Amino acid sequence: MYRIVKKEVLAPTLNLIEIHAPLVARKALAGQFVILRIHDEGERIPVTIADFDRKKGTITCVFQEVGRTTKELATFTEGECLKDFVGPLGVPSHIENYGRVACVGGGVGVAPVHPIARALKEAGNEVISIIGARNKDLIFWEDRMGAASSELRVTTDDGSYLRKGFVTDLLKELIEEEGIDFCLAIGPLPMMRAVCDLTKNYGIKTVVSLNPLMVDGTGMCGCCRVTVGGETKFACVDGPEFDGHQVDFAEMARRSVIYKHQEKVSLDLYEEKGTRHHHQCRCGGEE
Amino acid sequence: MAAENTKKAIIPKKNPMPAQDPVIRAGNFNEVALGYSEEAVVAEAERCIQCKNAPCRQGCPVDIDIPAFIKKVAERDFAGGAQKLKETNALPAVCGRVCPQESQCEKYCTLGKKYEPVGIGRIERYLADWELATGVKIPQTAAPTGKKVAIVGSGPAGLTCAADLAKLGHQVTIFEALHIAGGVLMYGIPEFRLPKSVVQAEIDNLKKLGVDIQVNAIVGKFSTIDELMESGYDAVFLGTGAGLPNFMRIPGENACGVYSANEFLTRSNLMQAYRFPETDTPIFAGKRVAVLGGGNVAMDAARTALRLGAEESWIVYRRSRVELPARIEEVEHAEEEGVKFQFLTNPTRILYNDDYWVTGMECLRYELGEPDASGRRSPVPVKGSEFILEVDTVVVAIGTGLNPLISKTTPDLAVNKRGNITADLETGATSKPGVYAGGDVVTGSATVILAMGAGRAAAKSINNYLLSNNKFLSGSLLEVREASQVRVNEAMSK
Repeated sequence: MYRIVKKEVLAPTLNLIEIHAPLVARKALAGQFVILRIHDEGERIPVTIADFDRKKGTITCVFQEVGRTTKELATFTEGECLKDFVGPLGVPSHIENYGRVACVGGGVGVAPVHPIARALKEAGNEVISIIGARNKDLIFWEDRMGAASSELRVTTDDGSYLRKGFVTDLLKELIEEEGIDFCLAIGPLPMMRAVCDLTKNYGIKTVVSLNPLMVDGTGMCGCCRVTVGGETKFACVDGPEFDGHQVDFAEMARRSVIYKHQEKVSLDLYEEKGTRHHHQCRCGGEE
Repeated sequence: MAAENTKKAIIPKKNPMPAQDPVIRAGNFNEVALGYSEEAVVAEAERCIQCKNAPCRQGCPVDIDIPAFIKKVAERDFAGGAQKLKETNALPAVCGRVCPQESQCEKYCTLGKKYEPVGIGRIERYLADWELATGVKIPQTAAPTGKKVAIVGSGPAGLTCAADLAKLGHQVTIFEALHIAGGVLMYGIPEFRLPKSVVQAEIDNLKKLGVDIQVNAIVGKFSTIDELMESGYDAVFLGTGAGLPNFMRIPGENACGVYSANEFLTRSNLMQAYRFPETDTPIFAGKRVAVLGGGNVAMDAARTALRLGAEESWIVYRRSRVELPARIEEVEHAEEEGVKFQFLTNPTRILYNDDYWVTGMECLRYELGEPDASGRRSPVPVKGSEFILEVDTVVVAIGTGLNPLISKTTPDLAVNKRGNITADLETGATSKPGVYAGGDVVTGSATVILAMGAGRAAAKSINNYLLSNNKFLSGSLLEVREASQVRVNEAMSK
């Protein structure tokens, strides 16, 4: 069992959990992800690694409540356990000294950007991070991102906090005023697509981290296939990071809603019952 | 011929296997074949003429003493029969259900030359089930040797290797990437053909032998082979299987509604999506499903689709019926349940609508030409024969390739061009000392029993390796290892 040692509500529907998983923490690197399952009847879902602590043997994950599993996961408290937690999966971020880099995080995407920004800064880059969300309440980790970056810029769609606008507005300014050598963008698909459309015009190499549907996460099922540069790739073993200018975002967007109908059925059923319908998985904080 | 020496009359046909009614079973996931009754199994065992040369054994990759266990059944000594069976087979309840007996033991049965062969698999299944129901006797293990072995992968090869090594007194740990042990037996083969409770019961028996199983442990990720060996494992067996799904590389293949067989079956079996929304993993099986391929996996997918509610389920296969690689029994079962076949047919592209959902599949008719390298007549496309098969789901079941997770993180482990680990087929020895491999990871996709045979062969050589302590190789063993190395080198240069 994998015990939750820390739980924090970062913003409405945004949660942080720190999980005791020493074997995963020992090897985790920026850019990788884990697959977790919350109980015996649960599905396997991929979650990007937001931080790791090798000494404590913990992995930090940030997730947004969207469907049944993430909503149920949000009800877990410190001391409770996840059924399964496997990783670290995927190819770690390629870290090198590019010069001046932009790390762009949208919404919950700020979490996976964090360890990569930190690693890029440690590699000697000047890291200018741009984070954005729909409104003030959904902005999180300003402090952590500030510490991981040389400079931090923040925007909200509705202007309820700092600059009004999209991350792409800030990125455009940055590119035109100071110029950048490399861009990393993680967030909702439309955001990553918009960033890539922008940086393509300037010929700036841009890497995105994709989060398609997955089952096993080890290359076995092919559920996570994405078209990159005209070739089929498995995001779980070939990615999750890819050259953003080569990604077929339209295909990815359509594939990401394959189970829209089933997901609604499952969520409705969960909310109707109002409680978790499986209890045998809860170890109640036993060590 | 021994048959002529016996006085009793030969019963020409196998005792029929009771099965769920096809109409009913196509709507549930319960096991199709129900197993013999005591009377039927004894009657079937009595059909065996106990011929001296026992040719059936040559067809068994794990060399079970087949006439001996059948004799025990004829004598109604089921406990004795089960013991006999388990001398060489760690997973009899699995083998009795999924082995392709018609191309193995039963193919060589003396009785089969004139009549139907003895139903060896059915008798095996009866004994294994009898023992699971009445309480399994755990075989005695040898005194602890103090040696530790890591087994990577908990499928048929790994489980067999683990059982043999544990019996020999070695301390065995299995590392499994998924959250449940069993590999393809759990994620691939459907409940209606191999109940998961049967697999888990056999795995529980392994645990009682002292085998430790670590799930959620992906070797190559949380730990490399070298790190395992540095942490105290004296030898490693790689039985990771061939897991990477092949696709057709035709237009439209990433459309919504196109699955690899691995995904389709993993969702349904391992994740129990057939119980959705009681379970959380969804699956989509439309009204009209096409499965590409002709092996057991294709049959499993086509039959699963029917059980998930498909109105039509097609097998689309580019050769003819006689070349179907699936077990005859599975093909028959599929047909009885209503699976339809498009032989000599291959898709050219997958059609989809504005929402990127599958609407059909353009196919081409084929005819059989000259035999190819595999000895099978190769299909040749018929010009202008394009037609559209209207389907809303496509499952690609054309085999699997190698997952490079381990070879990528173990640079001194030789692999061939296709990515298979290069290992001596007789000993399982790889290019890396102390590391052995067997099953699909070496041969490419094959059968459960062949993987078990490879696991057993590797266990034998791992035992030799451990007992020789590597430093004090005896002359003859040194020769064996050198011969293995020569064969591995030869295989590598190919």
